[in-house]
Amino acid sequence: MKKLLIVDDEPNIVMSLEYAFQKQGYQVYIARDGSEALVIMEKEVPDLIILDIMMPQVDGYETIQIIKQNPAFAKAKIIFLSAKSKASDIDKGLALGADLYFTKPFSVKKLIGAVEALLNH
Amino acid sequence: MANYVIILVIVGYLVCLFGLGIWADKRSDSRWVHNPWVYGLSLAVYCSAWTYYGSVGIAATDGVSFLTTYLGPVIAFPLWIIIVKRVVLVSKQYQVSSIADFISLRYGNNRSIGALVTIICVVAVFPYIALQLKAVSETFDILSTSPKSTFLFTDSTFYIAILLAVFAALFGTQTTDASRRRSGLVFTVAIESVLKLVFFLVIGIYATFYLFDGTSDIFNRMTALEGFETLATFENMEASINWYFMIALSFFAIFLLPRQFHTSVVENTASSHLKKASWLFPLYLLLFNVFVIFIAWAGKLLLSQDLNPDYYTLYLPLHEGHQLLGLMVFIGGLSSVISMVVVSALSLSTMISNNLIIPYGFLKVLNQHDPSSNAQRIKNIRRIAIFILILGAYFFYVNFNIELSLFSIGLIAFVIIAQLAPAFFIGLFWNRGSAVAAKVGILVGTIITFYTLALPFITDVFIDGSTFTTAGPFQIALLKPYALFGLDFMPPVTHAFFWSMVFNLLFYLVFSVTRKGNYRERNYAELVVNASRYGQLQENAFVWRGEAFKSEIEKVLVRFLGERNTKRALDLFYRKYDLDPNQEKVDARLVNFSEKILTGSIGAASAKLMISSVVKEQPVTLPEVLKILEENKKTISANKELQQKSYDLKRLTENLKVANDALVEKDRQKDEFLDTVAHELKTPTASIRAASEVLAESEDMPPQLKQKFLHNIVNDADRLTVLITNILDLEKLSSGREVMNKGNYNLKQTIEKAVNGIFQIARKKGVHISTPNLLEITLHYDEDRILQVLTNILSNSLKFVPENTGSIQIDTTKVKNQVHIAIADNGKGIPEEDVPYIFDKFYQSNNQNLKKPVGSGMGLAISRHIIAHHKGRLYVDTTHNQGAKFIIELNT
Repeated sequence: MKKLLIVDDEPNIVMSLEYAFQKQGYQVYIARDGSEALVIMEKEVPDLIILDIMMPQVDGYETIQIIKQNPAFAKAKIIFLSAKSKASDIDKGLALGADLYFTKPFSVKKLIGAVEALLNH
Repeated sequence: MANYVIILVIVGYLVCLFGLGIWADKRSDSRWVHNPWVYGLSLAVYCSAWTYYGSVGIAATDGVSFLTTYLGPVIAFPLWIIIVKRVVLVSKQYQVSSIADFISLRYGNNRSIGALVTIICVVAVFPYIALQLKAVSETFDILSTSPKSTFLFTDSTFYIAILLAVFAALFGTQTTDASRRRSGLVFTVAIESVLKLVFFLVIGIYATFYLFDGTSDIFNRMTALEGFETLATFENMEASINWYFMIALSFFAIFLLPRQFHTSVVENTASSHLKKASWLFPLYLLLFNVFVIFIAWAGKLLLSQDLNPDYYTLYLPLHEGHQLLGLMVFIGGLSSVISMVVVSALSLSTMISNNLIIPYGFLKVLNQHDPSSNAQRIKNIRRIAIFILILGAYFFYVNFNIELSLFSIGLIAFVIIAQLAPAFFIGLFWNRGSAVAAKVGILVGTIITFYTLALPFITDVFIDGSTFTTAGPFQIALLKPYALFGLDFMPPVTHAFFWSMVFNLLFYLVFSVTRKGNYRERNYAELVVNASRYGQLQENAFVWRGEAFKSEIEKVLVRFLGERNTKRALDLFYRKYDLDPNQEKVDARLVNFSEKILTGSIGAASAKLMISSVVKEQPVTLPEVLKILEENKKTISANKELQQKSYDLKRLTENLKVANDALVEKDRQKDEFLDTVAHELKTPTASIRAASEVLAESEDMPPQLKQKFLHNIVNDADRLTVLITNILDLEKLSSGREVMNKGNYNLKQTIEKAVNGIFQIARKKGVHISTPNLLEITLHYDEDRILQVLTNILSNSLKFVPENTGSIQIDTTKVKNQVHIAIADNGKGIPEEDVPYIFDKFYQSNNQNLKKPVGSGMGLAISRHIIAHHKGRLYVDTTHNQGAKFIIELNT
C-alpha cells in the first residue's frame, strides 16, 4: 500500500482528500503544517506528499527544502497544492524540486490521476 | 567806527568766505566737507537776521511768543526725519532741484504747478530778502559813525548786495544740473551758522553776566518794570491759540521755505546725515534762544525806549562803548543774512529758470540753439535771476520804506509759503491728491492770505480814512479782513493763517476726491507716495506707452547736455540694462531716463515737454498703470523669485519623489492585498469544490459522513460570504467613502446589546462575560458600527479564552473629555511580536487555537477604521499582562 502524506491547514480540504485517497487504497497520513509533517516523516517516509504552501509555523517552501536536503526522503514525490496561482509561484515551487504543482480550487479526480501517474510511471 | 573800517572788515570777511567756499568745492569729498555736521549746521540757514535781531525785538515788545518760530521745528523734528527721508529719496531719483520741482513732479511733472509754486515762493521770499538787506543797512548805520549816505553809489548796503549776488552766482551756478550738490556753498553756510551762534551766545553771556549779575539779577530788575507780566506769560486763551498756530506755521516753514528745502533735500548727500541733523538742529535752535529773553530785558533796562528793540543785540555793547564787540555782533548778523540771502536767491533762481522761464517760452529758444551755448544760456538765466532778486530786493527796501518789523514780514512770508503745505504734505502720503486740487487749493489759500493780510495793510497805508478793516468791504461785517466770518479773537497773522489753511485744505480735498487726475499724475503720485517700494525701479518705474526713436531722443539730450555727456549717459544706460544700442525703437525706460537727466538741467516740467515733443505718447488707462507697476515690481524681485522658484522646484521634486515612493508602496500593498484576497477566496472555494466532487463521486458514502461533508460546504460558503462582505466593507471604510450614520445613543445599552449578541456562543464555551459599573452616558456615534467593533473584539476574545474558565470583562471610564471602553480577557494574550500587526488586513496570529477559526482576518482592521471614523482610537493595552486587553477611546 502506497503511503501518502497530506500537509494542509484547511481541515475541510484535508477531509475530502483523506476520504478520496483512502477510497483509492492509499495509506493516508495528515499533517497540519510543515513541522507536523516532518515529525511524521521521521517515522514513515511517504511515497508522495501533497503539500500546501501557506500554512502556519513552517510553510510549504521551507518544508520542501528540508525534505530535499535529507537523502532519506529522496524517494518521496512531492505535489504542491496551493491557492497561490501566479506563474512565478508555480516556477518557484517547481524549482524547489516539486514534481507537480496544482492550484486551488482543483479537481480531486485530476489530482488522483496525477498521483497515480507519478507513482506508477 | 568809521565806514571804511567796517567795509574793510566786511570785505575781508567775504574774501575769507570765498576762499573757504573755493577750498571746499575742490575738496568736496574730503572728511571736512562731506560730513553730517556740515549738513546739520547748514540747516541752520533757518536762522536769518530775523532770528538774530528780530527775536530780541519781539521778546522785548511781545514777550515769549518769539519762541514759537523755534519751538515748531524742535517739536516737529522727529516727523521731519521721516518726511525728509522720503522727499530725499524721490528727489535724488528724479534729480529734483527745488521745492517747485518737487511739487510739480508729484503732480505729474505739471508745468503750471511748478510755475505757481515758483511765484508763491518769490512773492513770499522777495520781501524777506529785502528785510535782510534792511537789517544789514540799519545795523551798518548803527555801527557807523560816518554820516548816513542816501545816494545809491555811496550806500554801502548796495555794494554788500552786489557782493552777495556775486557770491551766490559763483557758488550756485557752476553746473547746469541744479540738482548737483554745491559743497562750497553748503560749507560756508555751515561755517556761518557756527559763527552766528557763537557770536550770539557771546553777546548773550555778555549781557547776562557782564552787564548784569546773571539771569536772576535781570529777572528781579525786570519784575520791577511796569507791564512785565504780559511779557513773560500767556495772557489768556487767545494767546494760547495764537501760540499753537505759530508753532504749526513754523513747523511748515522748515519743510517749505525754499532755502530749507534746498539745504535739507537738494544738498543732502547721504540719508545717514539726517540722523545727526535730527538732534543737532533742534539743539542749535534751543541754544540760539537761551539768551534772547535776557538780551531783550537787558536792552529794556539799560537802553533808551526810543531805540528799535530789534537791534538791542547791537545797541547793548555799543552803549557800553565796546566797539569791537559791536563789530562782532554785526558780523554775526551779516553771516545770518549772507547765508539766508545766498541760499534763498540761489533756490529761487533755479525755480525761476527751471519752472518759469524755460518751460514758458524759453524752451523753444534753447531747442534751436547749439548744445554748447545752451548750458551757458541756462546758467546765465539763473545768474541774471540771482542779480535781479537780490538787487531788486535792495531797491524794494530802499524805495518802499517798510514799516513793519522784521518779525512780522517774516511771518507773512511764512503764511504765504504755508499755502504749499496741503499740496506738499498730503501729496506725500495720499496718492489721490490731484494737480487741479493742488492748484486750486494754493490759489484760494493765497487769495485769502492776500485779502486778510496784505490788502488791509495796503488800504490802511495808502487810503486815508479807509473803513475797509474796521467795517469790512461794503460795510459787510462778516467780511472784515481781520475778523473773517466773525472770527475776531486772533491776531492778523494767525487769523490769516487759519482761514487760508481751512480753505486751502478744503479745496484741495474736495477737488482731489471729485476730480481724478490723468494717468500721468496718478502714476507720479504712486511713485512719490510709495517711494520706498519703487526706490529700486528707477527708469523702469514710469508707466508710459507710445513710440520713440533713439536718434530723436539723443538729439534732445545733445542739445542740453552736449555731445560728450549725452554719449556717456547713453552708454551707461545701455550697459545698465544690457540693451542693444543699435535698436532704433526704444521703450519707456530710455524715455524716462532721458527725462530724468534733463530734469536737473531744465526742471521736471520742461524735461517732460522736451522729451514728449519727440515721442508719440498714448494715454494709459488706470488698469494698465496698475498692471505695469505690478510687472515692474515683479522684475525687481525677479532675481529673488527665480531663486525662490528653483528652491520651490527642488522641493517639488522632492515631494514628487516622496509621493511617487508612496504610490509605489501603495501599489505594492494593493497587489499584496489582491493576492491575499484571491488566496483567501480560493481556499474555501477549493474546499467546497473538493467536498462536492467527493460527494458526487461517492454514492456509497455513509449518511453520517455525507452530512459532515454537506455541513462543511455550507460553512465554507458562509465563510466566503463573510469574506466578501468584509473586503467590501474595509474598502469603503479605508477609502473614506463610508458615511457613519451617527446619532445619540446610550453607551451602556449598546455594550449590553453587543454582549447579548454573543451570549449564546459564550455560554456554549462556558465563558463568563461581566460588565460591572458601565457608565450611563450618551455619546454621538453610529450604533451599528460600534456594535460591529464590540462584537469583533468580543469574538476575538472568545476565540482565545480557555473553555469553561474563560472570562471577559468590559469596563467604561471617563478620562477628561473621553470615554475609554476596556475589553479584557484571561486568554493567552497577544504575543508581543504580533501587537504591531494585529490591526493589519488579513493578519491572523500563528498562535490560534487548534482549529483554524472562522474569520476573515480583517475584523480588527475594520474595527480600527470604524473607530477612526469616530475620531477615536482603538489599541491594545500592552501593560495588561494577563490575557488581551483592547481599549476603545471615544470622544464625549
